[in-house]
Amino acid sequence: MDSDDDFMSGHSSGDEDFGLEVESDDGSLGDDFDEDEPDVGFSQKDLKPAKKAYEVDYKIYSPSEIQAHQDKQIGEVSAVLGQPAEATAILLRHLRWNKERLIDLYMDRPEHVLEEAGLGPNTTTNPQTRVIKGFACDICCEDSPGLESYALRCGHRYCVDCYRQYLAQKIKDEGEAARIQCPTAGCNRIVDSKTLDLLVASDLKNRYQVLLTRTYVDDKEHLKWCPAPNCEYAVDCVIKRKELDKIVPTVCCACKHRFCFGCTLNDHQPAACSLVKMWVKKCEDDSETANWINANTKECPKCSSTIEKNGGCNHMTCRKCKYEFCWICMGLWSEHGTSWYNCNRFEEKSGSDGRDAQARSRQSLERYLHYYNRYANHEQSAKLDKDLYQKTQKKMMNLQTASGMSWIEVQFLDTASHALQLCRQTLKWTYAFAYYLQRNNFTEIFEQNQKDLEMAVENLSEMFEKPTTELADLRVDILDKTSYCNKRRVILLDDTAQNLKDGEWKFNVDISSKA
Amino acid sequence: MSQKRIAKEFGDLQKTPLDGIKIILPNEADMLQWQITMEGPKGSAYEGGNFVLSLSLPKEYPFKPPTLSFKTKIYHPNVTNDDKGSMCLGLLRPDEWKPSSKIDTVLEFARGLLVDPQPDDAVEQGIAREYRENRKEFLKTAKAWVKQYAKK
Repeated sequence: MDSDDDFMSGHSSGDEDFGLEVESDDGSLGDDFDEDEPDVGFSQKDLKPAKKAYEVDYKIYSPSEIQAHQDKQIGEVSAVLGQPAEATAILLRHLRWNKERLIDLYMDRPEHVLEEAGLGPNTTTNPQTRVIKGFACDICCEDSPGLESYALRCGHRYCVDCYRQYLAQKIKDEGEAARIQCPTAGCNRIVDSKTLDLLVASDLKNRYQVLLTRTYVDDKEHLKWCPAPNCEYAVDCVIKRKELDKIVPTVCCACKHRFCFGCTLNDHQPAACSLVKMWVKKCEDDSETANWINANTKECPKCSSTIEKNGGCNHMTCRKCKYEFCWICMGLWSEHGTSWYNCNRFEEKSGSDGRDAQARSRQSLERYLHYYNRYANHEQSAKLDKDLYQKTQKKMMNLQTASGMSWIEVQFLDTASHALQLCRQTLKWTYAFAYYLQRNNFTEIFEQNQKDLEMAVENLSEMFEKPTTELADLRVDILDKTSYCNKRRVILLDDTAQNLKDGEWKFNVDISSKA
Repeated sequence: MSQKRIAKEFGDLQKTPLDGIKIILPNEADMLQWQITMEGPKGSAYEGGNFVLSLSLPKEYPFKPPTLSFKTKIYHPNVTNDDKGSMCLGLLRPDEWKPSSKIDTVLEFARGLLVDPQPDDAVEQGIAREYRENRKEFLKTAKAWVKQYAKK
């Protein structure tokens, strides 16, 4: 047999004849590090040894390739089952493209499987519309003579207009394709694509095909659509959900969009999907208010509720636990007696306990803000860099005329700008990663790598702010800095990914991927 | 297209009304807004009450389902406890509705819900829990609400 088996069983070994083979995203720069490449940990034996710890194998498929995949499988299964392609397609969709299971079930109880999938016996003849004397459509109550009508094999007959409107609404409004049922209440007979061809206009047919292809990709665990707007490609990557705490499967689509195959969010290496989820949620909840809270509030020394002082009096009563304390020294109010206005209670135990609790709580907030600010800063800087990049095009033009360089020669700005975006993206997520990281022997290396990359990035970023006239002379320098940035990024990612795989990182949260 | 079907369904329901269900058109010119008066079924928690419901048909009817809502306040796990009194389950869901389904089925279905609430499909989780775990208390409140809001 041929390579299609690989597609089904979820192993993308290299003998397929379609799809883009994907190389390491850092291009030629990666070669320098090949010798110290450790073995990658997951199940496939035939991996290329040159792969970095943070890289995964994947393929990119165009819509027509996906269509070809479907057709091929339909053809194969159709031959095994002895069912026409139409019916086979419905059966496969019904069992979510698990063809082994379909064949088993079908061999066991064919009628049962057909019935469950919304097919009946004898599905071979071509469907056609008919004019039946005395027919009245049960949907629109029209009964004029010569009314054209149609019925699936269940025999539930409706006029062609109603059928068309029904199909149009399902396809257009509800985005349904593979599981459109007969319009009769309680009848689960599936509308096959031959019926569709007979009844609907060609624009709807196209939409129907697109939707069918979509369900195919949606039904397959190792296929995912590229989430970029208007991108039509799908990515095939064999990563299981439960592996997501060991690897961050980052892929780059043919449209250049880099995303995580695990959660389809934008590239978030080196942080694992579950960390990203927690971080994003935390930032949504916290970041806007955290700064303000830090500046304007204190926590109740007893129950740690956050309290804002909204009046002049320092005698605070926690609204939640009713604890009474002094805003200045955080001590128990009753210990002040009547001598409050000197607040001479600094040595009081309750006061220092209160301040300790306060400090601990502040510390955790400050720790968060430390990482958040750096995370947000890289996000912001990446945006600014991008603005600069948009000006780069113009700069490149200017540079061409000013220095007499060729278009190819000024491409270095483009390369540099891309590297900058990529590195900032990585740096950004190192801070989310670090927030959840518990200190151990490996964190120091990580922080060093983070610092090195950060410095490299800032150095390169600075170059972009130079006037255009100087850029030509800086070409070699910028190229060097770009290549250094890329190298630092590879080192950082490789190190973190390897440790993630080996379970060397200790986190202060549970990162095992939950369903 | 839908005019004929709606007129037929309305006509049929006037000719042979459903048990305990009265239908009027609040505005004769608007066939898409129906007003239903439903008697609380005998033996149910709602016995003795008269419930006004509004049935509104979408322009796309019968390709899209009608919406049914209680105008009379009712203590029921499948009816929202707010001024909308809306319900969303079974054949009223857009993905379960079929164009061949009829309004009489919808009304029978709603009446069936008064006899047998479906706590597993509830919109009011609190009431559903009470219905499952403390039927006595549920009946007490439901009956009290009938007295207070749905007296004939």
